[in-house]
Amino acid sequence: MKPHRKQKLAVIIFVATGLSVTVGLTLFALGQNMNMFYTPSQVALGEVEVGRQFRIGGMVKEGTFVSAADSLLVNFEATDYVHAVPVRYEGILPDLFREGQGIVAEGSVDAGGVFTASKVLAKHDENYMSQEVKAALDAAGTSQSNQNSQNISEL
Amino acid sequence: MIPELGHFSLILAFCLSIILGTIPIIGAAKNNVLWMNLARPLSAGVFVFLGISLVILAYSFVTDDFSVQIVAAQSNSLLPMRYKVTALWGGHEGSFLLWTFMLASWMLLVSVFSKSMPIQFVARVLGVLGGLCVCYILFMIATSNPFARIVPLAPSDGSDLNTALQDFGFIVHPPTLYMGYVGFSVVFAFAIAALLSGKLDSAWARWSRPWANMAWGILTIGIALGSWWAYYELGWGGWWAWDPVENPPLITWLFGTALIHSLAVTEKRGVFKSWTVLLAILAFAGSLLGTFITRSGLLTSVHAFASDPTRGVFILGILALTVGGALLLFAFRAPLLKSELGFSLVSREIFLLTNNVLLVVSAASIFLGTLFPMVYQAITDDLISIGPPYFNAIFVPLMIILVIALGFGPMTRWKRTSTDYLISQVKKVLAASLFIGLVLPLIILMEFSFTASVCAGLASWIVLTTAKDVSNKTANKSSIMAGLSSLPLSYFGMILAHSGIAVMLIGVGITTFFSAERSVLLGPGESVELGSYNFRFNGHEEIRGPNYIGDRASISVMKDVSVLGDLFPERRIYLATGTPSTEMAIDAGFLRDLFITLGEEKEGGFWSMTIYVKPFVRWIWLGAILMALGGAIAAGDKRYRLLRQREKRNRKESELKPVMQPVSQ
Repeated sequence: MKPHRKQKLAVIIFVATGLSVTVGLTLFALGQNMNMFYTPSQVALGEVEVGRQFRIGGMVKEGTFVSAADSLLVNFEATDYVHAVPVRYEGILPDLFREGQGIVAEGSVDAGGVFTASKVLAKHDENYMSQEVKAALDAAGTSQSNQNSQNISEL
Repeated sequence: MIPELGHFSLILAFCLSIILGTIPIIGAAKNNVLWMNLARPLSAGVFVFLGISLVILAYSFVTDDFSVQIVAAQSNSLLPMRYKVTALWGGHEGSFLLWTFMLASWMLLVSVFSKSMPIQFVARVLGVLGGLCVCYILFMIATSNPFARIVPLAPSDGSDLNTALQDFGFIVHPPTLYMGYVGFSVVFAFAIAALLSGKLDSAWARWSRPWANMAWGILTIGIALGSWWAYYELGWGGWWAWDPVENPPLITWLFGTALIHSLAVTEKRGVFKSWTVLLAILAFAGSLLGTFITRSGLLTSVHAFASDPTRGVFILGILALTVGGALLLFAFRAPLLKSELGFSLVSREIFLLTNNVLLVVSAASIFLGTLFPMVYQAITDDLISIGPPYFNAIFVPLMIILVIALGFGPMTRWKRTSTDYLISQVKKVLAASLFIGLVLPLIILMEFSFTASVCAGLASWIVLTTAKDVSNKTANKSSIMAGLSSLPLSYFGMILAHSGIAVMLIGVGITTFFSAERSVLLGPGESVELGSYNFRFNGHEEIRGPNYIGDRASISVMKDVSVLGDLFPERRIYLATGTPSTEMAIDAGFLRDLFITLGEEKEGGFWSMTIYVKPFVRWIWLGAILMALGGAIAAGDKRYRLLRQREKRNRKESELKPVMQPVSQ
């Protein structure tokens, strides 16, 4: 092989090796850090492993919000209007957190079926509904549009 | 009537840009000087008419013309004047008009500061930019007309600007980011013009460099402003969240960083030509990707505009047309771009290649992590999210290697550097950096922390190698001052930008490790300790602003026995929409920030609040400012100006002949 060919080959091998190592590491990291999303029904029916990190999306069930008087602990239920999952969270809630509104929480569920959240996200304007919340309501067949269409078909 | 004038002006700009996108390019191909000379006045025309549109839209906002749809959706009569004007870019339609206007501004700048370039090249560059303008304005007219009216009954008042946007950050962040983003269109147009002409020489790289540096510098500031705004407005105590909408600017920035380095090699050594062109296309694609992600409704976040699938499809069409077309042209022309591998394995070219590979790989992995959830959902119908750990796991190691290479780069010579020379140069510096990295954190922390050591070591590596390089370059001069003044301005730009990385590294390292936060419940008169500070809650009062009501807490901060001052976090309810919003209180400092977010009132006058102490957090943005300054200084190097004058003279002489020819015919 001519020297400049050899040099070219060396560069190509160098780049190819680097690229495959990076792709491998990237895919590994992706797999490690994937947060699955579950609906309240799936969680209530025990489809999620205890202790595994995941996201849950649903509406804050009316009349379930309890805030401790002497600490930052709050309890509420996340629901898709079929099943509800008790959620506990210690910290300051987002500005737009309210009963009857959609939230997404990140955390894990314990053996007793209580979801401990490390992060709670609320929608941040009136027109916005998180994709996750919408998916949860759609899956349970209780989203606004479904309700409307059901009402119409009943008529 | 007035908004219709704006719409009319927009259509005029559209017509002018159609001419701009065709005639000068055809003229360049046919060597028709008259047609090519149309490019400059047409660019000015597009700029003027888009400017008129923008001013008229701003006028509609200022005069509370709620019959205009976006004014009714994004403004309110109670809104303070500065937000009425800037509410213009608070939604999809207005912000896209601003985006397009930014493109027209860059076009005007190119047409003014391109006197030294041959008219053929200028005509092609402005023609390509005009073609982009056609796509953007067509998109506006077809899917998102900013001047659309609500007929027949206009609402009596608007539904207000999103409360999260009513802030100083909103005034400065979007225009700066857009200006930086769109600036890469200019470099893209330079690359396309060079591909069209088939002449990718070092002249092309030299013309591109100042523009790439400016766009890069402005984008740096735009991203830093976004980070700073999110830091103080969202009150989560972080400065970067790997959010799917903050990733595309970073991807563009990484491609842009690779591009400005690769351009240097292409200009000086005439190699990496096709790679540089590819980077120019990729950086431009990154900026369009950002637009696509925020405007298609693929994501929901504070940046996402109300979704409409036709818009997403339209932008995807623009993306496919421009980037696809560019890549096709590139594929046809690339075989012509032969460049010899005229350098050895230890040379400045190799270090710059390493820089490029690392930057592109990191941009690609961020791209993968950003789009993976969407692709995954499309295939499996399952929703997933990719968290910050993924991005940190990939990005941080790559940046560490990059910083190590950064130390070597400036010291090596073009073509070939002997390994012995390089080792002799960095031996002491390397030892010193390792020593500082190991010992400094130990002294301060009194314990071993791997990450603190890495940060300290890398920061000192950058500073020391840069200092060594400066002393090498000035060694033969009589005094340091004489040596420094003999160095070109672009060299100082590089030093400044590299020091910016060191400053940012120190900021990131210290903030990550020494930040403290505490969520507490405090009654009036109670206090809490955090770090070496004492926070005492004095009580709260009710407040009333122009368009909101709320509560303001007063907290006294003490260190040891001395009082540092009072902080007043607020919790507001905006009247137009009834949305609550928290305003954090920050005591900003060079060495540390203290900030407090107010939660809610509990029984007995107790309030929940989160208190943060964040040392050195400002250094992150200070580093970004230094980098941007470096870019601006490098763009202002007198070398470009001198060359410009010389080329102008040469061109005048050579142009005399073709002008004479038609006369003799």
